[in-house]
Amino acid sequence: MRPSSRGSGLLKGWKVRVGLSVIGFFVLLALLGPWLTSSIPGLDPRANDLTAIGLPPSADHWLGTTQFGQDVLAQTIEGARGSLFVGFLSAVIGTSLAILVGLPAGYFGGRTDSWLNFLSNLFIVMPVLPLILIVAGYMQGTGLWVIALIIGFFGWSGGARTIRAQAMSVSNRDFVLAMRTLGEPHHRLLFHEVLPHLTGWIAAMFLSGVIGGVMAEAGLAFLGISDSGAISWGTMIQAAQQQSAVLRGMWWWFVPPGLCIALVATAATLVNFGVDELANPKLRTVRRSVVRRTRDRANETAVGSDA
Amino acid sequence: MTTTEAPAPASGPGPAPSAATDPPAAVRAVRRWGFLLRRLGFYAAAAAAAIVLNFLLPRLMPGDPSSAIVEELQRVSGQQVPPETLESIRAIFGDPDQNLAEQFVGYLGQLARFDLGVSVVNFPVPVSELVLQALPWTLLLVGTTTVLAFVLGTGLGVIAGWKAGSRLDSILTPLTAFLSSVPYFWVALLALWVFGFVLGWFPLSGGYDANLAEGFNLPFLASVMHYGALPAATIVFSAFGGWLLGMRNMTVTTVREDYVLLAQAKGLSRGRVILRYAARNAMLPSFTGFAMALGGVIGGALLTETVFSYPGIGYLLFESLNKRDYPMMQGVFLIVTLATLLANLLADSLYVVLDPRIREQG
Repeated sequence: MRPSSRGSGLLKGWKVRVGLSVIGFFVLLALLGPWLTSSIPGLDPRANDLTAIGLPPSADHWLGTTQFGQDVLAQTIEGARGSLFVGFLSAVIGTSLAILVGLPAGYFGGRTDSWLNFLSNLFIVMPVLPLILIVAGYMQGTGLWVIALIIGFFGWSGGARTIRAQAMSVSNRDFVLAMRTLGEPHHRLLFHEVLPHLTGWIAAMFLSGVIGGVMAEAGLAFLGISDSGAISWGTMIQAAQQQSAVLRGMWWWFVPPGLCIALVATAATLVNFGVDELANPKLRTVRRSVVRRTRDRANETAVGSDA
Repeated sequence: MTTTEAPAPASGPGPAPSAATDPPAAVRAVRRWGFLLRRLGFYAAAAAAAIVLNFLLPRLMPGDPSSAIVEELQRVSGQQVPPETLESIRAIFGDPDQNLAEQFVGYLGQLARFDLGVSVVNFPVPVSELVLQALPWTLLLVGTTTVLAFVLGTGLGVIAGWKAGSRLDSILTPLTAFLSSVPYFWVALLALWVFGFVLGWFPLSGGYDANLAEGFNLPFLASVMHYGALPAATIVFSAFGGWLLGMRNMTVTTVREDYVLLAQAKGLSRGRVILRYAARNAMLPSFTGFAMALGGVIGGALLTETVFSYPGIGYLLFESLNKRDYPMMQGVFLIVTLATLLANLLADSLYVVLDPRIREQG
């Protein structure tokens, strides 16, 4: 492989490209969604059409309508914004906390590390979902903001462990040690020397944080912890569940939002696959045709040397 | 952590440790148990933190059981609650105006007697009784399926990783990537709709046929199996993919190590090389994950049990949350947390058996 920059190498794999395209599509949907639903007549996510209650997909309503006569397609589009908002905000909070705890732990080591590591181990072993549920349960009448805050606040521990390990490895490299000896201040070393080396890990962590946030919001909404006024994929599934959509056979109500979550999450997994394969070349699977060709050639030379 | 592990200077009686020979048996034993002792210390601290958290959370957050009940009473009756009623409510559910330290002492005393308070919704049934009723259901359902998903996923992962790039691998791996991206409760809803509603093969909710008496008899156990089949299948279905992916990637890496090549060159059988050489080492990271999954068993039960209205501890928490049954929320949360810590400790101990390096180096 010719020596190319990491970025362009990353974009060469089909996994990363497909993954990023799908994520890009949904981000676009989240940004343009409200404009789309307001400018196309009949596509208002909140309008109750009493003449069309619980209808299956048709030409008028492509994805059918809910028990309240709302258009499922419009809700799915609008839901992208709510879900991705929670996903991104909680990922920002979670990743920041992970850096805040993991970076000094790995860099300073010693007693700082002992305490910070104890803290992250504590958050790792605590059952997070019940904890979030209890906290959210006490805070009655939560909005999407609060939900994102809670998810982010309880979701940093695994990332902190990764950052700590990587920061430890980078901090012990010669260039950092040399600069430390020269009396470079800690904050400069931390943020200008160590942190830039961790960008890849942080990016991957952020991506899985977004998906974790989207999933967690959906799970919490499903359990009844949500902003009843907001529309997200989670609140859609919850509304469907509450109106017994399963027992009425109204599959078009809960299938689209779940499918959207699955698509976004799969896309993120694909991107992470691509990043993993870049970091660990052993994971790269060779194409079968290449294997066969190489084996045949090896056999030929083996036969040749025997003669 | 490193400071405590530094070798102590040789002093006093006993053989002087030398670098050339193995450390004496006593030192080895200390190292072997040192890891577990340190973990034990950590879990003790974690349990203490959980207890303090469980005490503080309701007191820091808006809303407390006594006031909730008083408000409810006032709403229903439309008049002020008489002082004696207020006093008796506070005697049972705690007085929010009491000094925090006094409350904490009282709380610890209650815990020592395994008194988790009284449920508000199911008054006057103690919370501990309701929790103990629900616990076996969760352990049975989520415990077995977690182990099943782990065994299935890890097994398939070894095969996919051993034959990386093969047709099996190229179908199985992307498929499982998709499966593990699908939200669990959504899969459960779909399964409920298809197999419960459309096909009618499985009941839609509950843990057993309510017409049968509970007990160890064949009809009841058969009913438990029938009601549990769909929740169990959905858990395994959405959990095994994660194990498969992790194990596959570790196997791919391990298979190319020199010692695996050497084992093959020695002419050992294929199965032996895969199991004893590649899989055993590749499994270690998966096993750490398994420890966490075991810990997550009870927490993970929440969504399953809510979808299927399964009579376990997750459903209990869900119900108590919906009905704002604060003592119940607290009790369930404490039990869930302590059980999680215990499961993690057990898994850590098993890990020592599996990875000799921990035993020797501590």
